[in-house]
Amino acid sequence: MLSSFLIIKFLLAIAVFAISLGVAAYATYGERKVAAFMQDRIGPDRAGPFGLLQPIADGVKMFMKEDFVPANSNKFLFVLGPSIAMTTALMTAVVVPWASPVNGVALQVTDINIGLLYVFGVVSIGVYGIMIGGWASNNKYSLLGALRASSQMISYEIAMGLSLISIVMITGTMSLGKIVEQQSLGYWNVFLQPLAFLIFLICSFAETNRAPFDLPECETELVGGYHTEYSSMKLGFYLFSEYVNMFNSGAIMASLFFGGYNLPFASYFAQMVGQNWILSLIQFLFFFGKILFFIFLFMWVRWTLPRFRYDQLMTLGWKILLPLSILNIVATGIFMYMSGQIQ
Amino acid sequence: MISQYLFYFLSFVSVMSALMVVFSKNPVYSVLFLILTFFSIAGHYFLLNAQFLGMVHIIVYAGAIMVLFLYVIMMLNLNKEDEPGTTTMSKIAATISGGILMLVLVAATRSVHGMESPVADSSQIGSIENLGKVLFAENGFLLPFEISSILFLASMVGAVFLSKKEIR
Amino acid sequence: MQLTNRSKQVSNTEMTFSESLYLPAILNGMAITFKHMFKKEATVRFPDQDRPIAPVYRGQHVLKRDENGAERCTACGLCAVACPAEAITMEAAERKKGEETLYREEKYAAVYEINMLRCIFCGLCEEACPKEAIFLTDRIVSAEDLREDFIYGKSKLVEDTQHRVDVTRRQTEEVLEFKHDKSKYHNQTHEDGKDIIHPWKH
Repeated sequence: MLSSFLIIKFLLAIAVFAISLGVAAYATYGERKVAAFMQDRIGPDRAGPFGLLQPIADGVKMFMKEDFVPANSNKFLFVLGPSIAMTTALMTAVVVPWASPVNGVALQVTDINIGLLYVFGVVSIGVYGIMIGGWASNNKYSLLGALRASSQMISYEIAMGLSLISIVMITGTMSLGKIVEQQSLGYWNVFLQPLAFLIFLICSFAETNRAPFDLPECETELVGGYHTEYSSMKLGFYLFSEYVNMFNSGAIMASLFFGGYNLPFASYFAQMVGQNWILSLIQFLFFFGKILFFIFLFMWVRWTLPRFRYDQLMTLGWKILLPLSILNIVATGIFMYMSGQIQ
Repeated sequence: MISQYLFYFLSFVSVMSALMVVFSKNPVYSVLFLILTFFSIAGHYFLLNAQFLGMVHIIVYAGAIMVLFLYVIMMLNLNKEDEPGTTTMSKIAATISGGILMLVLVAATRSVHGMESPVADSSQIGSIENLGKVLFAENGFLLPFEISSILFLASMVGAVFLSKKEIR
Repeated sequence: MQLTNRSKQVSNTEMTFSESLYLPAILNGMAITFKHMFKKEATVRFPDQDRPIAPVYRGQHVLKRDENGAERCTACGLCAVACPAEAITMEAAERKKGEETLYREEKYAAVYEINMLRCIFCGLCEEACPKEAIFLTDRIVSAEDLREDFIYGKSKLVEDTQHRVDVTRRQTEEVLEFKHDKSKYHNQTHEDGKDIIHPWKH
């Protein structure tokens, strides 16, 4: 029993790895296509039909490039940086529930009762990848990028965490599996906590270092930011981890605020199809669609909004989002007290 | 059985990395070893079924405080050239204070031999629900908890006040 | 001066509350970019697909041959004089016995070079040419690695007898009308070669 459990979990973990890497690979292609379409261009269309083999071509290119290490850099930390970035990016997805259980097996690698805290822990470690890499490059642009990244990520982590406290308050649990399950019965959390969703969305843009908060790597000021000195697959790891992070934050947002794998009117569907693997498959596809929508949203915003100035970034994080999220917690508490959910 | 091996491994890692914090020449390495120490200590928390505590430990110490440490050390750009020389007086003072700390620790550990194993039988003993009940409902830790949070708030206000340059 | 109706008066007045939220402006911007996703792309896939060009497009030059395949250029140097960019250089030579099939005139250009990096494709050389020897075509000057390779000699400029370059589109109505004037020597073709009027024999 234990070994079969372990095998299933192992296979699930492999599947989650493969899905997040595959989605990230095609997100690079999607990014270029979306950017092209928004700018009335075509985008990559040479490799394969509609350029669908472009990620493979990019990967081959990345592997074939010279693996350059700057002369006065710290060799060990220089390698450690991208490894940490990639590892932490791939660690987040294990707590995400992918569909309702099939034959009593939860389609989730692990449902720990502190799932949300786990996500935060992993995200907070992720900044080390950028910091160590930026410092070890022995380059002022890299260092500036690393410093920007660390202060930005710490600042926005706070507002992000506080925005989720209201979700924890109304659901009463930190397990992602339970939060998603609760939404199958009632409303999606985004209708109950729109402000928390907005704050979380903005913070996740900042946490993934994406535009309009891509100051750690803004090419107009810092050449390439923290990955200026990186080349070959080490650079690939940094760029790739950004897309994996996008996928993860899409998955987290979908499960926390948009009902996770739940379809709209989930109970009707459950009655129609019955609780079997077909329902789970539909749920999985629906969840996947939600994640893809969020990835598209990330790209959409990137190709629409200009980059923030650094003081604007800090003002937004500390003076607007942080008080707003605290206000949201207080308001949620008052509302719950008035409606008699707490005494 | 597995947890015992894990305990030995984590203890080894935490002691070794704690020593490396002190002995490594490069301050950045020191910080990184300190982060490793925090991780292994968080591992100990997990072994003791205190998942919440372990996770918060990682988030707060490894994820936030040490990032700031690393930030400051990267900004300082400490080289061998501008390292301040240590006087004999400060060496003596360091030895004495370290020795006193050692004495206290030895005295403290001598008196705990009768303590029972802290490993709880239930894996849910350190869960967030139980922790919340212990803190806020059953044992009446609510008041000390709130007072400590006010203490934190006061220290935050103090830090903001100190960092303001023009106080008139 | 107002050039378009889309210009807006910039003001430094305090933002209203809804403006300071920025969200309406952001959503507006996102709506604009989303609309652009469905617009027709402006890209021309160049090597596969040629960009439509005007009928009088001025591209790479050609030195024409006449119907016999003899070079029309007589190295008079008028094109070089007309050239505002001083891109054209040439060296004249005298036609030897037995070279009548190669060169139409008794004097010909032994060396004829156009520096394509200097050329501004104004077409003044074409206008200056009394022999209808040089024309600008709809061909595009290809990219090269070295600056020297942009100096086009006769090997690149003179048209191949097998693959004639069509310049009829460059020949405006005035030119075509002018070509009917057979009293002009250079308008005479091989068919009416018997009674070629050599100007210097008058």
